[in-house]
Amino acid sequence: MIAYLRRRVLLLAVSFLVASCVLFLLLRLLPGDPANALLPMGATPEQVAEVRHELGTDLPPLEQFASWARKMATLDLGRSLISSLPVGSEIAARLPVTVPLTLLAFLLSVLVAVPVGFFTACRGRTWYGSLIGAASQFGLAVPVFWVGILLIDLFALRLRLLPAGGFPVDGWAHPGAALTALALPVLTVSLVMSASLIRYVHSAALDVLDSDYLRTARALGASFAGAVWRHGLRNAAAPVVSVLGIELATTFLGAVVVEGVFALPGLGSMLVRGFAQHDYPVIQGILALSTFTVLVIGFLTDLVQRLIDPRLRRTTTGTPA
Amino acid sequence: MKRQTALFIGLALVLTACGTSTPPAEPASVIDVGSLYEPQNLDNAGGGGQGVIEALAGNVYEGLFRLTDDGQVENLLAAGHKVSRDGLTHTFTLREGVRFHSGDPLTGADVKHSLERIIGDGSKSARKGDLSVIKGIDVPDPSTVVVTLSTRSVSFVYNLSQVWIVNDAVRDPATTEDGTGPYKVGTWRRGSSLTLDRFDGYWGERPDNDGAVFHYYTDASALNNALLTGVVDLVTSEQSPDALAQFEGDPRFRISEGTSTTKLLLAFNDREPPFDRALVRRAVSAAIDDRKLLRSIWGDHGILIGSMVPPSDPWYEDLCRLNAYDVALARKLLAEAGLPDGFTFTLDTPNYDPHPTIATFVKSELAKVGITVNIRIITADEWYTKVYQRHDFTATLQEHVNDRDIRWYGDPGFYWGYDNPEVAELIKRAETSATAETQASMMRTAARRIAEDAASDWLYLNPQIVVSSSRLSGYPVNGLNAQFPVYDIKER
Repeated sequence: MIAYLRRRVLLLAVSFLVASCVLFLLLRLLPGDPANALLPMGATPEQVAEVRHELGTDLPPLEQFASWARKMATLDLGRSLISSLPVGSEIAARLPVTVPLTLLAFLLSVLVAVPVGFFTACRGRTWYGSLIGAASQFGLAVPVFWVGILLIDLFALRLRLLPAGGFPVDGWAHPGAALTALALPVLTVSLVMSASLIRYVHSAALDVLDSDYLRTARALGASFAGAVWRHGLRNAAAPVVSVLGIELATTFLGAVVVEGVFALPGLGSMLVRGFAQHDYPVIQGILALSTFTVLVIGFLTDLVQRLIDPRLRRTTTGTPA
Repeated sequence: MKRQTALFIGLALVLTACGTSTPPAEPASVIDVGSLYEPQNLDNAGGGGQGVIEALAGNVYEGLFRLTDDGQVENLLAAGHKVSRDGLTHTFTLREGVRFHSGDPLTGADVKHSLERIIGDGSKSARKGDLSVIKGIDVPDPSTVVVTLSTRSVSFVYNLSQVWIVNDAVRDPATTEDGTGPYKVGTWRRGSSLTLDRFDGYWGERPDNDGAVFHYYTDASALNNALLTGVVDLVTSEQSPDALAQFEGDPRFRISEGTSTTKLLLAFNDREPPFDRALVRRAVSAAIDDRKLLRSIWGDHGILIGSMVPPSDPWYEDLCRLNAYDVALARKLLAEAGLPDGFTFTLDTPNYDPHPTIATFVKSELAKVGITVNIRIITADEWYTKVYQRHDFTATLQEHVNDRDIRWYGDPGFYWGYDNPEVAELIKRAETSATAETQASMMRTAARRIAEDAASDWLYLNPQIVVSSSRLSGYPVNGLNAQFPVYDIKER
């Protein structure tokens, strides 16, 4: 197990390094210049040159990479080119919006998708089973921002139950107000996420329900529910857990889009603005953080899978997929 | 599975319960302003962008002079202003009893520092070029500042109205504010809102409200929803005309239309064929029905201008007749230019509204006279690099937001490369003329010349539309140069 962990952590570090380098290069390939975001129209060429020098964007890319890598090694994300504030603390200020949004949406979609997916698998041939299946198909086809707009129209503009967007000025000082602000965004993301998750759970459950061991368990006298609870869930969980890791990352992406629609001051809106202004440290900081998070989630998913499925533990040298 | 179901129900209950709780009550008479322009930092000379001017100009920072909403320049921190006979020496007497938010008194040294910040190295101010006529700044006593100029500059006082007086003790104005205005910066939640708190030590008249919160949105419909649901009391500048329909005829809202300084241009590269010839430019201008375009974009709002001058500039004159819509004339001009069958050109079009719509309109209008337009969609950033800096384009669409920016037609190095020595001379001499009247008359001539030459095609002038709750009054209708003073806003 220790050898496995060591290998896995090493792999994590290498993946992170490679991802960061690719990211750095891709960003420099984008056409544009952060000086444009800082200078108004009518700025003289001298002012442009001065700003570039000040920002360090006039240096050769290799030198820029070296200085960035040096800082990264000490966990320093640098300062925003535009606001000149430290990127690390700016990200930290946005986390109280994005993290609860992502986690709540993820939780809600799992809580909806797992029972519904199982239920539809058990009742696949009834009319409401098919209806839920069709609804989840529809959910897959609908873009998340559009769901957001529809929910705003219904719950905020017509029913006046929830705010149309924004986040309390004092953050989580009043948890009720903060949760209210997040209610519609969470609902939006989780609606779309659970649609795809339902399908995974559904097919995993179908595999289990059709399996020989379940039939054998029933033949040995177990009730249907008892057989599913004792033998089915654990077997169905393995493929679902591997998908959950990816889904959590996708939920974050959904949150990024939804933050724009709901005017939430989270990482997503910060990232979008960073791109618009070529604010490299901001983009790199957020993407490095999210890359890291996704890699760690993948790592944890693997661990959980090994706990669920003893067969994986037998091959200590192999790297599970 | 049972446990999960229980959790799900629990979460659903929490979310429903939150739905009925109300956000904390706000103290009375704080104005909630909704805007699309969040500042990038707090310094208007340090890349703060349009947003920092909107929120802070006049509210947190004050200049020696103030530009009023109808375009007049008034004394503000300057109590008196004397100009020498040759127009080169300006003596300013500072208002007494003015204090910064930190408590420091306003002195001539602060004024000197504030001016040097604009003209010095590292300045990101758009006024740097204008104020480079400053040759020397002396502070003979704490309440007097003497500025000497290298040439006469009739716009000097106007330009000073755009320079903020900052406390010279502040090291980093991008992150620390210390102005003399009626409000000080409270909390700034980046990506969300900026709070202005009333400053009790203000030298002048007390504001009509207790403070203001600027709420920032990246999405215009999210902003309009905030107004519809009462999260904000007004929207500083509506950029999406389609949205106006939901406020029109609703007694809860009031729509005001002022004049903006934002001109929508079809800018030609005047250096290169085919647009190096006035005949071709005039043909294109005549072939496009600007009125129809304006109506399709803004409905009944906005006006046609016919040159680079909005009505709030002192040298405005209605010049629409010079390049009026006339397809027959366009054909005739093309024939004269030796292009009877038209030609093909690429139109670099910024990818954000309303440019792509306009590009399609221009394409269909020009097809009528045989001109083929290839639309190339580019990002705002590519526009700056490719068009604005490298001059690598044939024609482009762009909004020009600045006031008094006809002067760029006097600079052959500007991106559109209009090179007419007569116009350049007129604009230069206008700036050094002795009186504002002479200046205005020369600028009017220059505006007429560039219109006759169709240096660019000025498609229309954006309206400046504020939508507010009908309980509010006292907000700026024109919001010149993006400023949005909130001190006169009150709730009934």
